[in-house]
Amino acid sequence: MRLIIAALVASAIAGASMLPASAVGSVPGEGVAGAEAPERKANFADVEENVMCPVCGTLLGLSEAPAADRQRVFIKRLIAQGLDEQQIEDALVAEYGPQVLALPDDEGINAWAYLVPLIGLIGGAIAVVVAALLWRRNTAKEADPEPTAMPEGPAAERLDRDLERFDGR
Amino acid sequence: MNLRTILVVSAIVGAIAFLVWGLASKSGETLATGSEVPSVPLESLPPDSGTNGKGSLADYRGEWVLMNVWASWCTPCRDESPALEKFSRRWSGEITVLGIDTRDITSDALAFIREFDLTFPQLRDPTGSYSDALGTTGVPESFLVDPEGRLTSRLRGPFRDYADIERFAEPAIGTSKGSGA
Repeated sequence: MRLIIAALVASAIAGASMLPASAVGSVPGEGVAGAEAPERKANFADVEENVMCPVCGTLLGLSEAPAADRQRVFIKRLIAQGLDEQQIEDALVAEYGPQVLALPDDEGINAWAYLVPLIGLIGGAIAVVVAALLWRRNTAKEADPEPTAMPEGPAAERLDRDLERFDGR
Repeated sequence: MNLRTILVVSAIVGAIAFLVWGLASKSGETLATGSEVPSVPLESLPPDSGTNGKGSLADYRGEWVLMNVWASWCTPCRDESPALEKFSRRWSGEITVLGIDTRDITSDALAFIREFDLTFPQLRDPTGSYSDALGTTGVPESFLVDPEGRLTSRLRGPFRDYADIERFAEPAIGTSKGSGA
C-alpha cells in the first residue's frame, strides 16, 4: 500500500511540474485582482523561449528566418515600452494567432495537451505498481512452496518399501 | 495467430498509419488549374478599409483577380511590389490586384504599403492558414483567378519585371484588350 501511495504522489508531483504556470493559477506578470503587482519588465530571452517563429515551425530562439528577425524587433520594441511577458505574448497572439505560443493554452481541446501526459504518467505508475505487486507475490510463492500431499494407498506402500530398501543399503 | 501477435501487428500498423498521416498533412495540397480558389473572410489592411474591416476573394466574383501573397519581411516581395502597383494602375477596372499579407506584423505591413505607395486592396492572413489553404510553399506567390473564382494560373516566386506580370495575366488581359487604359 505504501508503494502505491508513493507512486501516486510521485506522479502527481511530476504532472504538476509539467503544467504551465497559468494552469496552476500563477501567471507571470499577471497580478491577483485587487492586489498590487510588482512591475516586471519582460526578459527578451524568456519571451524568445516561449514563442514560435511564424514561418519555420521552430522556437523563435532557433530561427534565423527574416520573419523571425522582424518578430524579434517587434518583441524588443514592446519590451522597451515596458510590457511584461504576458502582455507581449498577448500582443504576439493578436498578430499571429494562438499558434505563435510554444505551449498551447489550457482551455478547451488544448487542455488535452497537458492531460494526456498526466494520464499516461498515472497509468504508467499504476502499471508499475501492479507489476511490482504481482512480482512480489510470485517471489513469495517460490520462496515458500506449498507442502506436497503425501501419497496414499498402493503408492504409499510402494514408497515405504522403497525407503526401507534405501535405508537398508 | 495468438492475441499477442495481433496486438504487436496492430501497434506497428497504427504507428505506420500515424507517420503517413503526419507526412500527408504536412505536405499541403496544391490547387489544380480550373479548381475553385478557396475564399475565407480576412481582416482588411489597413484595418479600417474594406467592408467592416473584412474582405475576401469572393468579394471580387465576376472580375479577374491577380492575387499576390506577400510579407513585409520577404525581400523578393519588395522587389516585385513597384511593378505590381504599376500593373494594378494600368489594368484598373479590368483586373483587380489583391494582396494577401501573410504571417506578418501589422505595423510592418502598413509601413510596407506606405513605402511602395500600394493602392490595391489588401487582406491580412496573420496565422498563415489561408496561404496554407492555397497550398503556398513560401512568399511571394501569385494566383490568377477567373471571374467564376477558378484558378487560371499560379506562380511560385516573384515576378521578374512588369512584362512578366503581363505575361502571367495574359488570359485576363486577352479578354480585356482594347479596353485597358
